[in-house]
Amino acid sequence: MPEIIITIKNKVGLHARPAGLFVREAGHYKSNILAICGENKANAKSILAVLTLGANQGSQITIRADGEDAEAALQALAALNESNYGEAEK
Amino acid sequence: MMKTIQGVGASPGVAIGPAFLFQQEDLSYNSYSVADPQAELARVRAALQTAEIQLNAIYEKAVVETGESEAGIFEAHIQMLEDPELVETIQKSIEVDRINAEKALMDTCEHYAQTMEAMTDEYFRARAADIRDIARRTLRILLGKQMADLSLHSPSLVFAYDLTPSDTVRLDKSMLLGFCTAEGGATSHTAILAKALGLPAVVGAGPAILDLIEGETVIINGRTGEIIVNPDETTLKTYRQKMNSEKDLAAVELSAAGSPAITIDGLKVEVVANVGSVADSEKAIVNGAEGVGLLRTEFLYLERQTAPNEDEQYDAYKAIFDVMGERPVVIRTIDVGGDKELPYIDLGHEDNPFLGWRAIRMCLDNPEFFKTQLRAILRASVGHDIRIMFPMIAAVSEVKKARVLLEESRNELQANGIVCGEKIQVGIMVEIPAAAIMADKFIGVVDFFSIGTNDLTQYTMAVERTNKKVAHLSNALDPAVLRLIAKVIEEGHKGGVWVGMCGELAGEPKAIPVLLGMGLDEFSMAPALIPHAKAVIRKNRVTDCKQIAMDVLNLASYADVEAYLAKIKP
Repeated sequence: MPEIIITIKNKVGLHARPAGLFVREAGHYKSNILAICGENKANAKSILAVLTLGANQGSQITIRADGEDAEAALQALAALNESNYGEAEK
Repeated sequence: MMKTIQGVGASPGVAIGPAFLFQQEDLSYNSYSVADPQAELARVRAALQTAEIQLNAIYEKAVVETGESEAGIFEAHIQMLEDPELVETIQKSIEVDRINAEKALMDTCEHYAQTMEAMTDEYFRARAADIRDIARRTLRILLGKQMADLSLHSPSLVFAYDLTPSDTVRLDKSMLLGFCTAEGGATSHTAILAKALGLPAVVGAGPAILDLIEGETVIINGRTGEIIVNPDETTLKTYRQKMNSEKDLAAVELSAAGSPAITIDGLKVEVVANVGSVADSEKAIVNGAEGVGLLRTEFLYLERQTAPNEDEQYDAYKAIFDVMGERPVVIRTIDVGGDKELPYIDLGHEDNPFLGWRAIRMCLDNPEFFKTQLRAILRASVGHDIRIMFPMIAAVSEVKKARVLLEESRNELQANGIVCGEKIQVGIMVEIPAAAIMADKFIGVVDFFSIGTNDLTQYTMAVERTNKKVAHLSNALDPAVLRLIAKVIEEGHKGGVWVGMCGELAGEPKAIPVLLGMGLDEFSMAPALIPHAKAVIRKNRVTDCKQIAMDVLNLASYADVEAYLAKIKP
């Protein structure tokens, strides 16, 4: 099962708008996608679950995808995180 | 039977009318086991769908009325409703535990809310309220209850436990006679809105006001904080006269608002307005403002995805400057920090945003962002009397740095042959005690001081403005704050610098004699307060006021100041 590790860069962490965008992007794929932060695991397509990860700035999140479009899903989520969820660096 | 309730007067004036009770609906429900889980599941699904339709409509309305960013909260609510895990968990409890839809919904949502509440990060904790909000919305639909009505069909006094900005957005302003809330202090959202609308308001009156009967006649006195329920004929008559005489008085004051404010013994002071839009500026002129003492510029920056560019800012400032014509305008550069969200600048999460990276501090670290605003102001100021004010100044070095950026901005424009306004004064907002204490060291670096009493009080008394538990310490008339104000005025005058005030205190009738006595040159306030403030100034004598100022500066507490000022004849 393919997986990647991303680091949350934006200051407020994965909450509010960024979390919303993350979940929406994950929802575009058929694969089951799991986000793991420390001991917490979340369905990446569930906003409530992703919020309960409590991913702050600097948190590392392992994303695991299972399904026909798994690679594409991981790439898209990595790119979204790379773009800092469309927010300015500083 | 006639009954009097005492609250806190938050916006002056008397209003008489029927009470309109805004009460959160009762959403209690029963828990029971169900025979047909599939039917129960269908009920939840339908309710979630209806909730989503409602939220979509609210979102659309909010985008139009308050902008994309404010509306974002409803977008987040929609996403929560669509959450596959939420639906799955509810489904499981219905199918496995055979519990009813209401209980399954509320238990599931409460579980998420409590998980978030337990988190250390405040931003995540705040999401618990969002989950409970969507849970209530869906539960209301399941129970077949209507949303608490906020539509006024006849002129009414609105009574509520508390009102949020989203509640007040729903109110028809043309039907509003006044506000009364159980919660809140003199700086609550309701108080500020009431003042802006020129309506009387009483806040912090306690839950007793919610025992009123809808439609019952009530008198509220926004000056004294009195609420009289079911007044008898005599009382009603007295207050009608009072209201009419207040109305008459207000009319007389308004008709005299265009004339200058000169004390009995001939001292003329400037009375100007706090504004944030063209509409405010027009209202300011109607109310007799001699200029603008505080033009807030945050409105340009909030509720949007990208920073406003120079041309857009130029247009916005010029529109306001043009309304004011030759009258002086003090424009404050952007004053935001970690308590607000600007998608295009990462303000970050701060545990104490009011002590953090905000206003001038953030601007000096983002010189290009700051200079865009300065260039727009310089361009728009051509042909006007414009004064630039920097907020949140704690040290002289900050003003010097800001002035360098201002000069750079001017040079950049002039190098491109663009004309800038001439003779622009540069001053600071005195709202940090350090700046007040060191006022003499700012002489030569600034052309004016403008005292922001709301923040100066917060920082002097170490009281967070929104924390009710410590609100009793937060008073701009506390001698500690008054001594700082007196110091700034004294040092300003010694150094040949004029001193204004743009905080709430400047428009407070009982504070005016004190401020006149200290020698304040400029009083800046909400436009609606100007006619009365001018009338108060005209009734005073500077020689008496000096004694009053000297006396209060030697009192030991806010309570003593209050008691002293209450004894002075208006």
